[in-house]
Formats: sequence, structure tokens, C-alpha cells
Amino acid sequence: SKLLKGIVKAKTRRSKRFLQSREPKLTEGQKSSMIIRGGNSSETVSQALKDVYALKKPNAVLYKRKNMVRPFDDSTALEFFSKKSDCSLFLFGSHNKKRPNNLIFGRMFDFHVLDMFELGIERFVSLRDVKTDTCPEGTKPLLVFAGELFETDREHQRLRNLLTDFFCGPRVSAVRLAGLEHVLHFTALEGKIYMRSYKVLLKKSGCRTPRIQLQDMGPSFDFVMRRNHMASDDLYKTAHRQPRGVKPKKKKNISHDAFGTRLGRLHMQKQDLDKLQTRKMKGLRKRRGEQTAETAAAAAKAPRTDE
Amino acid sequence: MASCSFEDVLAKAERDEAEKLKGITVSKELDLEFDPGNLLAFDKNRIDTREFKDCKREDFLRSLARDNTQLLVNEIWKLPTERVEEVLVAKLPDPTTLLPREKPAPKPKPPTKWEQFAKLKGIQKKKKTNLVWDEVHKEWRRRWGYKRAKDDTKEWLIEVPENADPSEHQFNKRNKAKKERVARNEYNRLKNIARAQKIKVPGMGLAPTPRQSKAELAQAVNVAKISTASVGKFQDNLPKEKTPKNTGKKRKFQPLIGDFSSEKQKQLDLLKVMDSKKPRLDVTKAVNKQMREEDMESRHKNKKDFGKKGRRGKMSGKGKAGGKGPKGKGRKPQMKQGKR
Repeated sequence: SKLLKGIVKAKTRRSKRFLQSREPKLTEGQKSSMIIRGGNSSETVSQALKDVYALKKPNAVLYKRKNMVRPFDDSTALEFFSKKSDCSLFLFGSHNKKRPNNLIFGRMFDFHVLDMFELGIERFVSLRDVKTDTCPEGTKPLLVFAGELFETDREHQRLRNLLTDFFCGPRVSAVRLAGLEHVLHFTALEGKIYMRSYKVLLKKSGCRTPRIQLQDMGPSFDFVMRRNHMASDDLYKTAHRQPRGVKPKKKKNISHDAFGTRLGRLHMQKQDLDKLQTRKMKGLRKRRGEQTAETAAAAAKAPRTDE
Repeated sequence: MASCSFEDVLAKAERDEAEKLKGITVSKELDLEFDPGNLLAFDKNRIDTREFKDCKREDFLRSLARDNTQLLVNEIWKLPTERVEEVLVAKLPDPTTLLPREKPAPKPKPPTKWEQFAKLKGIQKKKKTNLVWDEVHKEWRRRWGYKRAKDDTKEWLIEVPENADPSEHQFNKRNKAKKERVARNEYNRLKNIARAQKIKVPGMGLAPTPRQSKAELAQAVNVAKISTASVGKFQDNLPKEKTPKNTGKKRKFQPLIGDFSSEKQKQLDLLKVMDSKKPRLDVTKAVNKQMREEDMESRHKNKKDFGKKGRRGKMSGKGKAGGKGPKGKGRKPQMKQGKR
């Protein structure tokens, strides 16, 4: 568009800042997600969408009104929404006779659909039904995936990556140890995914590391895998390509030995050790008396050789 | 005193340690894969489906989650910690799971025309101060913008310069000049963008702007006329249109009485070239000619009898015209004579 190309300039500083926040950056911040309600949705689906929205606030937008979109047939509407709200993750919920209680988890790259996974809700327990106090908004959850299917099956691997992307919070450099309150546990078993969400209670144990006790909290889902659309391998590779400035530059001449000490290498020219300038020790300097004795000795030697 | 022996004390200490660690140890067949940067753990162990179905499902899942979370927390507690504002904080390493980007990486913008020039000349950007001293108001004012230091527009008196027309509006002149500068700046900005995106922009006067002068329109018409395959040779004129006679390359002549030294130098150079024995070789022309010759030869090799005649005939013609061409510039290179 003309704005993006720079032909039409932003008129206020606020709008300029807004446009800059939407530009591609070297290191990306947290991904926003859009939670969309489909053409027809049941009570379960509506409540599920609201719960996931509560989990993902504030980096989420909820579109409550009905949107007649079929993501697997035509994804242009989703791409349009993504461009307008600058969201790269989406969750689309719908309900019909053929696919009851349907949730589609998906992500975008460059505002085009990268991956989409359709999961059907078989059992759902909402936040409302569980009478425990929840964690504050925006806590980074602990993520646990269980089940060998997540390792062996290719689709499950991709789903694991997608769920990590969806539910991991912002990228942080440090985390408060007492603030690890929320854990999301995904179990893969026989084509079904069980998602549970618990509140973490840190109890006293004998040593520094606390003993964990879990308390039921939050939404819990029993998903069944339905259709999916996975990105082709080269598109997936392109999406992972990092720009040059991100990788830390490797300093040459620095190595680490077995003990972990950092060693450096310096390259010097060849030095003439005779002409080295060292500390002058006054006591070691040749004295006058010694000098004459040496010359006398040298002189004594010389005539002897002549003979 | 005699009852507590050395071994008893040791055994008791061991038991205490085991008690302490009992709280946090979890036994698993396979170790979990950890990604502390993302607070992520992956358990590859097989899940006992029978146990899952027999016992209450929720309890089984909860105990599995508890074990896995305990292991993850153990891993996180191993990380280096520090105190930030009375809060104990663990420093996380970089995440190991590769997650795809939202948008492709930003491409570096190509330099603008000024930036290219500055790089070529080695001009550095000079950091300017925010405020400038304004003599008139005797205070520090900003360099540009609202209430700036030397504000042209606020002057109520402009002296008419000596060589200017007395009836000219100086204020209007100033305003027009400002508009011109703004327009030129905008035009250059758009040209920079077009160059960055490699969009071809038509030359001056050909891109339609709201108001075009007579000259611009005439130029556009002329350019359109010659934009045919035969460069406008067979385009009919309109009833009262005259073909412009001044099109084509203009030969520029030096003025009759100009720089004497340069004229002298030119004449001497010319004589030097004429005098030299060796012909002046235009390498590209020579090479092109050579290549053409070789192509012709390779073509005629296949047609034997006809080719032989043709070659001989050609060679003789060349021989006559070879050697130094007129005006001493050596248009035909000497090397051709060797082929005979």
C-alpha cells in the first residue's frame, strides 16, 4: 500500500510510531493472536474462545461476531483480518453437524497462512466451573508436553511447535522464581490431545528447590485431531530464516579449554631476544673493575692463539 | 555418649539427606528434554494406556503433570539467580525451540542519492545542537519548527535589493521560493523511493501532473510521436502541425575566439597523432570486427566452393583499404594484413 511504501507519509508522530511498530523488525517481540468466532458456534465453543482469550490477554483480540469464513477452503478473509489487526496467531471456533465444537489453531507468516490444525473439543471444563483463584493476567506459563507421539509423528511434532508458539508468553531474559504459577500440560495419546491447566503451589521441601503441588484451574480440553494444513518444507524454512544482525558475532582467537577457562591467542612478530628491553637491574650491571679484568683475560688469550 | 557411634551418625546424616531429596526426586525411564528459555519440558516416556483407562483419568493426568512440572522446576532452580529489587530472579538462557518468525527479516534500505554522494566524498553527518541562540529575541530557541530562532516568515520588513525590480513583491517572491523548495524536496523523496524499489519513472514532463505547461505538453507529444518502431518516420502530421526541424543530435562547435592555449594544445595533439607510425587502435572495434570475421569464416567453411571464392574476393578488397585510414586515426587495424 502507499503508506507502507512511504509515498504517503504519516501526518502525526503518533501515527508514525504506530506504523513503525507494525514494520518487520530484527528481533521480534511477542506475537498477538486473534480469536475469531465462526458462522455458527455452540455454547461450548463460545465459552472455550472466551477462556483462551482470558489466558492470552493482553496480546489477543476477540472477534465475537459471526464471521462466515471457512479457513480450509478460503483463507483470504483470515489473512485480511491478520493484516488489519497485525496478529500472526489465530484461533477460529465453529460448530456444525459434521464437525461439532471445532477449533482451528493457526499461525501466519508474512500475513499468509503457515500452519493450521483443526481440533475437535470432546470434553471441556471452563474457567467458570472450576472454583479456584486464577493467576494474574500475563504470567508466563510453564509448558509441558507428554507422550511419545509428539516425538515420532510428524503432524504431532508440528502441532507441538504450534502450541508452544501459541501459549508461550513473551520472551524474557529472567523470571521471578516465586512467580511460576501457571502450568499447561499437553498429553498426546491415541490421536487425542488432553490439555490441562494447573496452578502451581510451591511447598517447602528439605532443600532449596521446592516441592510442587498442583491445583486444578482454568480451562481443560479433550481434543481430537481432525484436518490440518501444514506448510511446505521450504516455506517453513523461510519462516525460520533469521536476519544477519541477530546471531552474535563469533570472536576469533578465543577458545575454551576442558576446564572452562577462556584462552586467547595473540600473534606476534619474531623477537630478537638479545635486544629485548627488560628491567634494568643496577646490581647486575658490569662494573669498571670487572671490565678491565675481562679485557685483560681476552688480551691474554689472544696472543696465546697467535702462538 | 557410647551409644552414638561414628557409623550411626553417618547413617543418620544419609537418611536425613534422602528425606530432604525425597520431596523433589522423580523417577522416570527416559530423561525429559528441557528448554528453560521457554519454560518448556518434553516428556518422551510411554504413557501407560491401561493405567490411564483404569484409574480416574484426571488423577492420572494430574500426577503425571505434577511429576513433569517437578522435574522442570528442578531444572529451573539450577539456573544462576540474582536479586533484582529484593526479588529473587533466575536468569534464563536463550530458548532452544526454533519458532518461526512473524514477518520476513527487514531488508536494508538502499542509500538515497545524497547518501551515495556523501559516502563517495567522505562527508560525515554532523550532530547539531538542539537550541540556537536568537539575537533578536535574546534567548535560546529551537533550530526549526514552532517559535524557531531565525524565522523568515515573521519578518514585517524586507529590503528591496539594489538589482531587483522595484515593483516586484518581495514577500510573494519569498513564499514562492519556499513552495519551490518544498516541491523539489518532495519530488526528490519520491525519486529516492522509486529508485529503492526499482520502479522506472518517466522523465521530466512525461508523468502526468495536474497542471502541465505548453512546453511540457509539446515535449510529451514529441516523445509520443517518436515512440514507434520506425522512430516516428512514417507518422503523419496533424493538419496545422509542423515537423520540428531541430531534432537530432546537435553538433557543438568551439567558439571562434576562445581559449587560445586549449586550441593550440588540440592542434598539437592532432599533429602528433597524424605523425605517429603506429595506428591508433580502437580495441572494441577491432575485437568486434575480428569476431565477425571468424563467424563469417566458420559459416562459409561448410559451403566449400562458394566460400573459397568469396573469401578470396573479400581479402583482396581488404588489402587495398587496409593500412592507415584517413585523418590518421587508423580506423582499420593493421592486423588484418597478416591474414593474407
